[in-house]
This record gives sequence, C-alpha cells and structure tokens, in this order.
Amino acid sequence: MTRAVDFQLTDDQRALRDGTRELLERRFPRARLRTVVDGPGVGAGLDRALWRELGTAGFFALRLPEAAGGVGLGLPEAVLVMEEAGRALLPGPLVATQLAAGLGAAHAADGSAVITALDLGTDEAGADRLVEHLAEADAVLVLNGEGAEVRPAAALADSARRIRSVDPATPLHRVHPPAVTPGAARNTGAAARLRREAALLTAAQQLGSASRTVRMAVDHATARSQFGRPIGAFQAVQHLCARMLVRAESARSVVYAAAVTGEAGDIAAAKLLADEAAVRNARDCLQVHGGMGFTWEADVHLHLKRAWGRAGQWQTAAAAEEELAAGLLPDSC
Amino acid sequence: MDLACTEDEEDFRRRLRAWLANVLPTLPDRPDPADWPARRAYDCGWQRMLYDAGYAGLHWPENAGGRGATPTQHLIFLEETERAGAPYVGANFVGLLHAGPTIAAEGTPAQRARWLPPILRGDQVWCQGFSEPDAGSDLASLRTRAVRDGDSYLVSGSKIWTSHAEIADWCELLVRTTPINPDTPKHRGITWLALPMDAPGVTVRPLRTLAGTAEFAEVFLDEVRVPVDHRIGAENDGWRVTMVTLSFERGTAFVGEVVACRRVLEALARTAKANGRWDDPVLRRRLGRLAADCAALWRLTQWNVSEAQRTGGVPGVGGSVFKLRFSEVRQELYEAAAEVLGPDALDAGHEWVADRLSSLSYTIAAGTSQIQRNIVAERILGLPKGR
Repeated sequence: MTRAVDFQLTDDQRALRDGTRELLERRFPRARLRTVVDGPGVGAGLDRALWRELGTAGFFALRLPEAAGGVGLGLPEAVLVMEEAGRALLPGPLVATQLAAGLGAAHAADGSAVITALDLGTDEAGADRLVEHLAEADAVLVLNGEGAEVRPAAALADSARRIRSVDPATPLHRVHPPAVTPGAARNTGAAARLRREAALLTAAQQLGSASRTVRMAVDHATARSQFGRPIGAFQAVQHLCARMLVRAESARSVVYAAAVTGEAGDIAAAKLLADEAAVRNARDCLQVHGGMGFTWEADVHLHLKRAWGRAGQWQTAAAAEEELAAGLLPDSC
Repeated sequence: MDLACTEDEEDFRRRLRAWLANVLPTLPDRPDPADWPARRAYDCGWQRMLYDAGYAGLHWPENAGGRGATPTQHLIFLEETERAGAPYVGANFVGLLHAGPTIAAEGTPAQRARWLPPILRGDQVWCQGFSEPDAGSDLASLRTRAVRDGDSYLVSGSKIWTSHAEIADWCELLVRTTPINPDTPKHRGITWLALPMDAPGVTVRPLRTLAGTAEFAEVFLDEVRVPVDHRIGAENDGWRVTMVTLSFERGTAFVGEVVACRRVLEALARTAKANGRWDDPVLRRRLGRLAADCAALWRLTQWNVSEAQRTGGVPGVGGSVFKLRFSEVRQELYEAAAEVLGPDALDAGHEWVADRLSSLSYTIAAGTSQIQRNIVAERILGLPKGR
C-alpha cells in the first residue's frame, strides 16, 4: 500500500512490448482484421497458424516457469503483451488460453490448442452465460465456485446456442449453467486467483484499445479539414481528444500498478477504469470521425463492440464498484 | 515497472513516522480560519519544527538550503505527513511551492542566500501576484507595468486572486517591462520581481469568496519602488522564469490532498453506513467508483514522480493530465459527500460542506480545465493550434 512504484518500463519490458507490436503488425495487419470482419461468414474461424505462431513467440507460456518450458515472466509483462493485443484488435480467447496454460492444460502453452472460458460464478443458479469462440475452441476453462478445470469443448456443445454476436470478430454462444454438469473438483481454490488475473489481463486489452482510439481520433482530426482548417484546430474537437487521453492515462496508471501489486482492490480499479476508457474512448473516436465513424468500413465500431464485450467479461462495472466500496469499510461485512 | 523501495527510503519513512508521532501531540490547537495572524503563526511554527528536524526544503537542491532528497523521498514525506494528520503548508504554500523553487532555480547565489533561508525557517511568508482583472487564463496579457528609474523599478497596476496577501512579507510579482506591441510576442515583455509587501504604495483589499471567507485579496500597486536587484532572471525573461514555477505547481503540490481524498472517502463510507444510506446500491457504487478514481490519482502522482526521478527534472506535461482528473474527482467526491449528508449538506458549518464549496474553485484555479485541455490537445497530442 505504501510501497513506491516505479512506472518506468525496463529495457526488457520495452523490448517485449515493441517486439509484440512488430509481430502483430506483421502477422495481423489491418488487412487481416478486415478479412475477418468483411468475410462471408461472420467469425469465420480463428487463424490456427497465427495462434500457433503466438504460442511459439511465448504468448501463452509467458508466465510459465522456464523449467516448465515457459518464458518465466510475470503479470506486468503479460499486461504489456495483452495491451498490444487489444491495440491490434487481435481476436480469440487470449486470456483464457494463457490462464489454461498456467494450469497445465494440454497444448495450450505452444498455441496448438484454443481454449475459451466459462465462469459459472459462485452463485448456485446463475443466469445464462456467454462463451466466446466456442465452436473454434478445443477446450473450455470452467470456473465453478472455488474450483477450476479444463474440459473438452464438446462437453458444452449440446447446451450451447450460437447467437449473432454484435462483434463480428468474436463469435458467441449462450450457455445455460444448469446444463453444465460439474466435474470432479480440481484446482480447488484456484478460481479466485484466475478471476483476478483474467480481469487484469482483460483490462490490459481494454487499455490497448483505449490508447489506440485516441491515436485514431487525433490522426483523423489532423487529416480532416472543414471550414478551411483541420477539425483538430477546433477546441470542441480538441477537448474531446484531451478527455480521451486523460481517460486512457488514468486507466494505464491503475492497470500497471495492479500488474505490480496483484491486489484485488487494485485490479477492480483497473478493470473499472479500463472498461470505461475503452468504451467511452471508442464512442468519442466515433464522434470525431463524424459520418465515417458510423460506417462498417471504418475500424472504430470494431473497437467499440470489442470493448462492450470485454466490459461484460470477468468483472463488470457493478461488481468492481461493489468490491471497491466494500474496501472502504475494512472492518465491517 | 517495478516495486522499487530502497532500504534508505524505508529507513527514511520509519524515522519520519517516529518523529511525527513525537511532535504532533505537542502542536497547539488549530486557529480560527478567519484569524489570519493566528493562521500565519500556526503555519510558520510548524514550518520551524520541520526546519529544526531537518525536513524543510527536503527536495530542494543543497545549494538552495535544501536536503537534496530524491523525488521518492519527497513523496514519502508528503504521504506520511498527510496520513499522520500533520498541518498543511498553509500560509507557506507560495514560498515553499512557487517563489522558493523559482529563486532556487533562477536566482543568483546572493538572491538565494537572501530569500530562501527565511522561507525554509518559516520566518517569511510569500504571496503570488500573477493574475490581473484582465489577465486570467490569458496571463501573458498582464498590464501591471514596471518602469526603470535608476536602480529601481516603479511599479503600478493591480493584481487579483492573491492568497495570503494580508499576512505576506513578499510577493512574487509579474510585471510588464516591454509594452504590448505588434512586433513582440506579449510573453516576451514580462519580468519577475520580489515585491516587499510593506513598500509604500501597496494596498491590499480582501476578496470574499462564495464560501464566505476571505481566502484571496486584490493588491493595488501605485508607483511602488522595487530595487533592480529584486529581479529574478533577466529583464523581459519573466515568462520563462515563471514556467519553472508552474511546473512545480502541477507536479507534487497536490500530493497531500490526494492522500486526503482516500481518507475522506473512507469517512464518507463510515458515515453512510451509520446513517443507513450505505444500503442504497447507487450511492455505494458511486463511492466505489470514487475509490478507483482516487487510486488512479495516487498512481498518476507516483508516475509523475518516477518520471521526474528519471529525467532529473521537474514534472512534465503529465501534470496536466493529473490536474484535470484531480479537479474533477475533488468535485465529484464532495457531490457524493452531499448525498451522504442528506439534509446536513445545507449546514455550512459542516467540514464537508465547506470543502464542497472550496472544491468549486478546483476546475478554475492554477489553470482552468479548459486551458488544461488545450495544453493536452496541443502539446501532448500534437493537434493543430486552435483559436
């Protein structure tokens, strides 16, 4: 709580971030993203070759110890990598596969398996849940109460119903919880940690998206002229962009701090502010783009839709706010 | 990105905590906010205790009478004094956070020797004469003029929003030494002077704020004689000299208040729990969100300090991001306080109500939020200059 945090990235961390960005620009350029969202069938399958390449690059084994064939890095490095993924709108259950690799799930670490997630929460009878990329997944990381286990995707297929996902790059299935029979409890006690890490890594993706939409808005406001000057010279537009940067940098400060401390309260703040930064920055970016922002052709809506989806995953705003509120009264409850 | 707390820093924290635990119980009662001489005596007495214990001017360079502490040690100092409930800088705000650092950075050795020790000892109080009735956000258009007359300047004009003017010994004054003309950018004709407040021709008129108190004053200057050796930096170079000061202001000046935000928030939660409003999930979630906002302010502060530590300089433009968020969160915090208080929110005698009124100035003072957004848009994001 009173420890000093040094926010400066180390040389190795910078190299990791730059290397990830370079890999994604090369292997998942905008043209690839557009193929996914403009293709004939929405969510036309994950690119398995790319997934394996991510695995080879250490994307999923990042936090496994070197003795277990991993990269031996920690949450701060995982956050930097996920931020880049969010920036590039890289599709797929990245967080779930990395977490499953940490549990020793088969073929997760090297990217030859795609593993999605289903969090049944801690309530007995929950509402329907959404599972992303279920049809493309080999396995599902199921969190049930305090336990966690990795099960074959086929075990869920019968109870799952595909919905028309608002995000064209993230296919979704609706799953009714009672239809999922709990297996033998494994990894008991792991679920709380996995939920925290998932929330943090999802927040990191939101942060990447929030920073990217600031840049997109500034670029558009500089290039687009009306009334004989770039629209970015008008204060009304400047102030929209300034607010976007403040949101992104506020979120960055808590996301990076949470990556260092790993504390539940810090992670709740990170998820809350990163969700808000991603969603509201995408909205403001859309506004700055004017009519173009309302088209399918512009990428703005892809950031907004992905941000909506991630805001509903792992820890919603309501849950984060309640957790933070409870933290204000340390002695009661 | 690392947890970097050295043994030295932990040791510094331990010794500071022990000292605070010793001396805070010996402080006199806090003075009546309306009693300015008593406030001066209280604030200067606290500053003298810091000086005697070696905590005055902690992060100032050693050639300015400081201790040359690292930015992290300075942050620890601000954090621990606030947590312990120690007095705020109060009347010494301008001396310690504006005028002093400016003289330390830009003054001659003789000027540093003359003005800095009395600031650090709590012997002399400074105020700030920057804004004018017609020069607020557009500070560079200030018109208080200084005309050279032998070894002196003759200064005439008026200043506004000057805190602590009634009890100050000195004023850091911005004056115009080159008249506004079409050929010179207006910020090139400004000079920084140390004005003795007891000089003939200085008139102070208190200004009552919407909170009902006289926190500010107007200062009228009528042919006031200021010796040329009271000038910091070169003639017409006062704008650059001042920017050093303003960077300090947006760097760590609000650290104590960020720590205080968290404390107020916890007190709001306890009060809401006691009066039943905690059962309202809308209020609860609002307080939870503010906890995240306060956490972000604290992390942004640490970030700015680690940035300053790395560059060895004063906090940079990240200060504008912090200032924007800080101003808004302070106001949102006291809006939430009003909801927790219910009908008591109209009781002006309540501490939170007074703070709610004060918080209305935060999006205006030290650069309005609109000006800050211009700075963010043009200097950080690189958008074309607006008009």
